[in-house]
Amino acid sequence: MNKKRKIYIGLMRGAMIVCTALTAALVLFLMGYVLINGIPNISWELLSTKPSYLTERIGILPDILNTVYIVFATLVIVLPLGVGAAIYLTEYAKNKKLVAMIEYAAETLSGIPSIIYGLVGMLLFSNNFGTSLLAGALTLVIMNLPTVMRTTQESLKTVPQSYREGAFGLGAGKWRVIRTVVLPGCVDGVITGCILSVGRILGESAALLFTAGFAHALNDIFTGLTSPGATLTVALYVYAKEEGEFGVAFAIAAILMILTLLINLSATLVGKYFAKRRNV
Amino acid sequence: MKKNRLFENIVHGIFLILGLITVGCVLLITVYLIISGIPAIKEIGLFNFLFGKEWASTAAEPKYGILPFILTSVYGTAGAILIGVPIGFFTAVYLSKVANKKVRAVIEAAVNLLAGIPSVVYGLVGMLVLVPAIREIFNVPDGASLLAAIVVLAIMILPNIIKVSITALDAVPKEYEDASLALGATPTETFFKVSVPAAKSGIAAAVVLGVGRAIGEAMAVMMVAGNVANMPSLFESVRFLTTAVASEMAYSSPGSLQRNALFSIALVLFLFIMLINATLNFFLKRNKEK
Repeated sequence: MNKKRKIYIGLMRGAMIVCTALTAALVLFLMGYVLINGIPNISWELLSTKPSYLTERIGILPDILNTVYIVFATLVIVLPLGVGAAIYLTEYAKNKKLVAMIEYAAETLSGIPSIIYGLVGMLLFSNNFGTSLLAGALTLVIMNLPTVMRTTQESLKTVPQSYREGAFGLGAGKWRVIRTVVLPGCVDGVITGCILSVGRILGESAALLFTAGFAHALNDIFTGLTSPGATLTVALYVYAKEEGEFGVAFAIAAILMILTLLINLSATLVGKYFAKRRNV
Repeated sequence: MKKNRLFENIVHGIFLILGLITVGCVLLITVYLIISGIPAIKEIGLFNFLFGKEWASTAAEPKYGILPFILTSVYGTAGAILIGVPIGFFTAVYLSKVANKKVRAVIEAAVNLLAGIPSVVYGLVGMLVLVPAIREIFNVPDGASLLAAIVVLAIMILPNIIKVSITALDAVPKEYEDASLALGATPTETFFKVSVPAAKSGIAAAVVLGVGRAIGEAMAVMMVAGNVANMPSLFESVRFLTTAVASEMAYSSPGSLQRNALFSIALVLFLFIMLINATLNFFLKRNKEK
């Protein structure tokens, strides 16, 4: 082997190993840094109270609840829409151009940056019924629609055509086939879509800043949805950038990091579980 | 029977409407952005708006030129691509072709974590680690700069680039590589001279996806770039298209020229994104056809 070839091979191998190590080190550093700085700042008091100017205490319970409310509201709305759209595409649509158009629209939606969703959400929802968690949730519905649609579609494709034919052969109508054969077959896609959406909602901030606002009031779910409120990510931003409370910001960052880990883990486990069940 | 037919038709109609919701959303977003973005452009003048070098929305004689934002967004994205793509590319080749199953699973999980971390967390770490580091190393008065934003963006696009490239590299037919190996090329030569060219559409798509993500990122950039409407320069505080919208939206009053100009900035950003989407689709389609 001549020298030039040897150098080329060595360089490429070196670059691959250095870059992979760099990526791994980066993840380790980020995780370590956030957890080490964040976990000591997490206390029961922080988690279970609301902020009070009188005692100068900071609590993130309202932000936690707001996050739960907004995740719940978004999923309740986006699931029927996304699953319905997926069912239309795989079960009903015959016009190829229409299918291409819908898929192109979904791809476009997933490419739009969250700050633009924030603006449009503000114009569409907040200007009509006020800055509120519900306005934020509706904005997030549009953002997550393509995700739920895509994962459901993928799982619908794995429902064997023979099942549908069998049901049709027994005299079932289209709707009945969908209800009894197709829908049970896409459970894994719906669950995966849910997990991915929850992850995206937890991490979202730019789209919520102008739609859901940044109040820290403690509300129950019904008042909560109609009044403004900060989710954990928005609260992190406010505490770090506007108020310089880095301890609280790191505590929230650590919580978000742990939640992200859990979400990734459950997505992998769900994928494995359903893959196994399908092969049996 | 007739009743059944009617019922099925209604169900069909409902699903059709659900299917068309995505199209409706895209139209709604486009129309809203155009309607709210046009008035300010008309008032300021398209040329003055796009190529004006000064943005002073709250001055006594307000100036609305967004060239600094456009250039910052372009330079920032280019910088992030310049750093992020090589790292992501080599990592993807390693994971797809060289790494054993265990190593690959572990690093892929790490990359997925990187993709899932909220952008404000990147912003926070950037603010407290990167910004002071840049101030120390380069001896500048403030580390919140274009450079800090570039580094944060490079890290944020890394998972997209790695994941999409891996998918493309995994799809290269084994026969191509076997043939190259049989002709006497070493594995490393095969990966870079056979597998990579065969997966080039997919890798191009990965890069375009990275461009889209970098140009659209707002919060992390807002926390590390300093947010002053300067013309872009590596060590100066800068404002991106996204952060220009985000930073003034909260205090601009509805209906004012300032707020309308912010919508016009969003419209410009939207046009950039549409262009990037079209490019992405071009590469993805070419990938599928092959």
